[in-house]
Order: sequence, then structure tokens, then C-alpha cells
Amino acid sequence: MVSNRLLALTAGMAVAIGITAAASAQQASITGAGASFPAPLYQKWGEAARQAAGIQLNYQSVGSGAGQTQIRNRTVDFGASDAPMTDEQLQQNNLLQFPSTMGSIVPIVNIPGVADHQLKLTGELISDIYLGKITKWNDPKLVELNRGVELPNVAIAPVYRADGSGTTYVWVSYLSAVSPEFKQKVGIGTSVKWVSGTGARGNEGVAGTVRNVRGAIGYVEHAYAAQNKLTTTQLRNKDGNFVEPTTTSFQAAAENADWSAPNFAANLVDTHGATSWPIVTPTFILLPKNPQDATKAQNVMKFFDWAYKDGDAIATELEYIPLPPKVEDAIRAAWAGISADNKPLWPAR
Amino acid sequence: MQQAVSLSADASRGPEPGGSASGAIRRGSSSGVLGDAIFAGACRAAGVFVLLLLGAIILQLFLGGLDAFRAFGLGFVTGTDWDPVQEVFGAGVSIYGTVVTAVLALVIAVPVAFGIAFYLTELAPEWLRRPVGTAIELLAAVPSIIYGMWGFFLIVPFMSMHLQPLIIDTIGTLPVIGELFAGPPFGTGILTAALILAIMVLPFIAATMRDVFLTVPPVFKESAYGLGCTQWEVVRNVVLPYTRVSVVGGIMLGLGRALGETMAVTFVIGNANRISTSLFGPGNTIASVVALEFGEATMGSLKLSALLGLGFILFVISFIVLSISRLLLRQRLKG
Repeated sequence: MVSNRLLALTAGMAVAIGITAAASAQQASITGAGASFPAPLYQKWGEAARQAAGIQLNYQSVGSGAGQTQIRNRTVDFGASDAPMTDEQLQQNNLLQFPSTMGSIVPIVNIPGVADHQLKLTGELISDIYLGKITKWNDPKLVELNRGVELPNVAIAPVYRADGSGTTYVWVSYLSAVSPEFKQKVGIGTSVKWVSGTGARGNEGVAGTVRNVRGAIGYVEHAYAAQNKLTTTQLRNKDGNFVEPTTTSFQAAAENADWSAPNFAANLVDTHGATSWPIVTPTFILLPKNPQDATKAQNVMKFFDWAYKDGDAIATELEYIPLPPKVEDAIRAAWAGISADNKPLWPAR
Repeated sequence: MQQAVSLSADASRGPEPGGSASGAIRRGSSSGVLGDAIFAGACRAAGVFVLLLLGAIILQLFLGGLDAFRAFGLGFVTGTDWDPVQEVFGAGVSIYGTVVTAVLALVIAVPVAFGIAFYLTELAPEWLRRPVGTAIELLAAVPSIIYGMWGFFLIVPFMSMHLQPLIIDTIGTLPVIGELFAGPPFGTGILTAALILAIMVLPFIAATMRDVFLTVPPVFKESAYGLGCTQWEVVRNVVLPYTRVSVVGGIMLGLGRALGETMAVTFVIGNANRISTSLFGPGNTIASVVALEFGEATMGSLKLSALLGLGFILFVISFIVLSISRLLLRQRLKG
């Protein structure tokens, strides 16, 4: 019985392969590796795209640094990185860089009597907290900003990501953008030299520590905070308004960003705009400009083309922020730069 | 004595049933010689392979860390700065954290392990010995990630909400010793890490101690009891001297695991590159730094080199610990 069915199946497959090229396209598989932040989204996109676009995605969430290394060695079809590569690095390795989606970082706190979205903070104050200059929640500067909120006399316990991560990169980029002192003393990187506080591993570690320690403040990706119902705060943006971390404020930041930056390395940290959330970040895909396997490179582009067209609902559901349509069009135009045998691989047909 | 007699009796009875078997070997002697040669060669290859493997790993770690050693010299070992942004790397804090947590873990674990082993071999009723013994062996089989999560979700909140506030309010107010227990009750930190490590190495030490305590000939103990020794005196003057070498060996086994433990420590140590006078303060260990920073270290960077250099240092520390234990044992054996 079983062997008969198997025989029929193999025969059927042989016929299918023999007759139509479409059959082989249906089994098209692409591999990617890198950033862990967008990994859940790529996973869901992959599941949906297998049905809709006939492309099977194998994505390894190994971290941005490892993703860059792997695409540099061409061991995967595309790399993924939270932090953009510099123009020089991209040219050296003959890579094209474009964003796939966006995310945002939110501060989370554990202060007795303070509710979600209630506390107002500024980037300067957060810098001072992480530099160990503000150590009590009832510090006059915090009290002045939060009239009407009862701030207790509790020590502030700053919590940071102990593992190297894109989340830290964006968080310290923001703090460095608003505080020259933070930039000088700590600087920007996927892991930095923290002056005070304690480190925890991963989003779950930071969230767990903040939950355990009275008076703690930490930072996680918005998606993680939303799914776990953590207590987030308001932030003052560049225009001087206090904004809550919501989809509207994230999208406002995306709309107001300058996407004409080379290699799409738009800076969405501390952008202008009345309602912009100040800590938003794109996450990037790295594609070889001279792919060894033209079909696979084409399938990568088909995959992201599908994701831009039909993947927004999935992205929003997982609390990611879809790119503005004008950016997606610009990315498709940039794909013309990828070629094999001097023939551009996009538009694919 | 009785055992020895029965053994020799077994040996004398041996040849008769085994006779036909040895005859078979003699008959196929040419293939036996070849088989012996192959077997000896394979065993030698396996032995040499271990040596080569160890040498290759050490060499690889050293070469990988060479850039960092060149850039910072001896400062790589003594420096306490770890700044990935400015690319300044010093291993001082993590070496300190590694040694302090491991030693503290032993301070906690060894007395408890001794108690367990002594209870199981001398005091416990017969029906309880097997279940408790099995439980200890199972404890050794728990993966370290489980200890890490258990520590993070149970021990850390317990420390931060109950134990640490209590200690801070009592011992923490004393003049000199209070320094050791100062700071906010994060729950994580050096002491919590040492506590988790102690629980992790406990089964190794306890199981070894129990096994070697069992090897003490009952005659020795019975004669001591016969002379009117108390239980403590028997342990102190008969059991421990008899088993000293193996007990130290078991402790070293535990120390080895404590030095290299990664997963569980990263969850509970607080991961800050600072040396704190307080046991509640956060710190890090060599293994935890390597595990946490490895993911984002790019190929060929000074940071990756520094991480490999850290691995080399951990290797050296383990080697030193092993050598010291050997030295101690040799002296005692001579004595």
C-alpha cells in the first residue's frame, strides 16, 4: 500500500519535473541568516510565501554580526542586519542593502503606582539615568516633568542588554543623539561599556529583570513589550511633544524620515515630526550584486516583492512597522543593480 | 581480607572453563597477532588523537587571541576596561569574576556535599540510601540552561525580594563586613551566581565523596569505633585520611565545572564589567562574556580576537588549577 503510493508519488514528481519548469520554481528555496529582531516576521512571511509565491525560506536567526559575515562569505543567499553596513563595506563586498521592515524600541519601567504610558521621559533624562547621574525616581527633574504622577523615593535600577544586539545599537544611537555626554562616555555599538546598572540576556532577560526589580528601567523592542503587556513610557520627540509608543507614532517617524540616504541607511532615530516616536529603526537585507546563483537571487527579490505587496498585515499583527510604499518602490528600482552575466535580474520574468 | 581470598579462589578456578577459549585463540594465532597489532595501533592513535586535539585547540585559541595580546600586552590580563566602542579590551574583571564565583561556589558546596556523602554512607537507613543517591546523580544530569532559567525565574526574585533585603538590613549595617552586602537588591550578582554554581557542582562532589567513602574498608572503621571513637572522630581520623586524594579530586572536578560554566551564570550574574566590593554587585565571568558577545563580534575584528584570547586565559586558569591540585596531592601522598 505505502510503497505503491510512494511509487506513484515519485512517478508523478518525475513527470512534473519533466514537463514543466514551473514545478521546479514551486520548490524554490532560499536561505538567509542574520538579525534576530526581524526573525519572527521572516518566519511568518516564509510560511505565507510558500503558499502564495512558491518560495521556501530558510532563515537562521544568528545575530546581525554573524549575518554580515555569512553574506560576505556568500554562504547564504541573503544576509540580514539591524545595523546598516557602511558604504565602504558594501562596496568592498559588492553588496546591495535595503530595508525589509521597521521596528521600534520602547523604555519599560517598574515603578510602584505608575501605569502604562503614564510616565513622561526625555532622552536626556534617560541618558542621565544610564550614566548614573539620576539615581532616584523622585529626582526633582523627573518630578517636574511628571506633575500629577506620584513618584516614590525608590532607587533607579538601569537594566541593559548584556548580549551584543541590534536593540542596544539603536537604543544607544538615540541616547547619543540627544546627549553629547552619553556619546562621549559610552558611544554607539551593538555592545557598549555601560557605566551603571545590570545586564540581562535577551529581551526576555531585560523584561524579566525589570519585572523583578522595584525601580528598574530597561528597553525592549516594542513587539516584545506589547505581547508581554509591559509598562512603557512616553517620550519627548525632537519637536518637543510627548508621544506614546503606538503604531501611529511609529508610522509618523517612518513618513518623516529622510529615505534618500545612500544604501537606504535612513536614520529614524530622533526624527522630526509632531507625532513621531523618536526610537524607530529599519532592519536591513544584504544581497550580493553579483550572485553566484541567479535564480536564487531572483527568488530572494521575488520573496521581498511579495512581502512588500502582501506582507503588511502579517507585519502589523506582529507589531512590526511596514515600510512606506514610496520606499518600497525605490527599493524595487534599486534591485536593477543586481545582475548576472551583465543582465539585470529584476524585474524578474 | 575475605574479599581477597574469594578473588584468588575465583582466579584459581578460572583456567578450566576458559581453557577451550584460549585454545581457539592459539589456533588462529596469525590473525591474532595481526588483530593485536591493529588493536594496539588503534588505541595508540586514539591516545595521540586526544593530545593532538588538545594541542590544536590551545594553539587555535592562542593564535586567535594573538591580535589582542599584541595590542594590549600584559594589560589584556590586568586591564579592567572592556569597551567595544573604543576597542579597548581587558580581561581583569572577568578573570576576577570567574575565580571569585568558582571559589565561593566551592565554599558553599563542599561542606554540603560532605554532609550528603557522610549521611549516605554512615547515617542514612539502608532503604533511603539508593533513592537519595540516585537523586544526586540525576541532579548532575540536569542541563545547565535549566539551572539558568530556574535561577532566573525563582532564585533571583527570591533573592531580590526576601533574602537580600533581609541581609542588607541586618548584616549590611555592620561597619566592615557590611561592605560585602551593600547595594540595591537586584537579585542577580556574584553571590547568586556562586549559589547557582554551588548547586550545579554539588552532585559531582557529593557523588565522588560518597563513592570513595564507601571504599574505606569496614574493618578500619569498626576498629576505630571499637577503640571508642565518636562518629566525627572516625570521619576525621579514618575516613578522610584514607580517601583524601579522591576527595580532592572530586572537589577539583567541581571547580573545573564551576570555572567554565556559561549558560546558568549569564542568567544570574548581572553581566556588568565592574569589580564590586559587594557580593550583591553585578559582575561577569570569562565564559559569560564570551557567550554574550560572540554573536555580534565580526570576523577578523579585534573584539573577536579578544574573545578568543579570553578563551585561552580560561584554558590557562583551568590548567593552573589542575596543576596546583596535582601538586597538593603529590605532597600529601609523600607525607
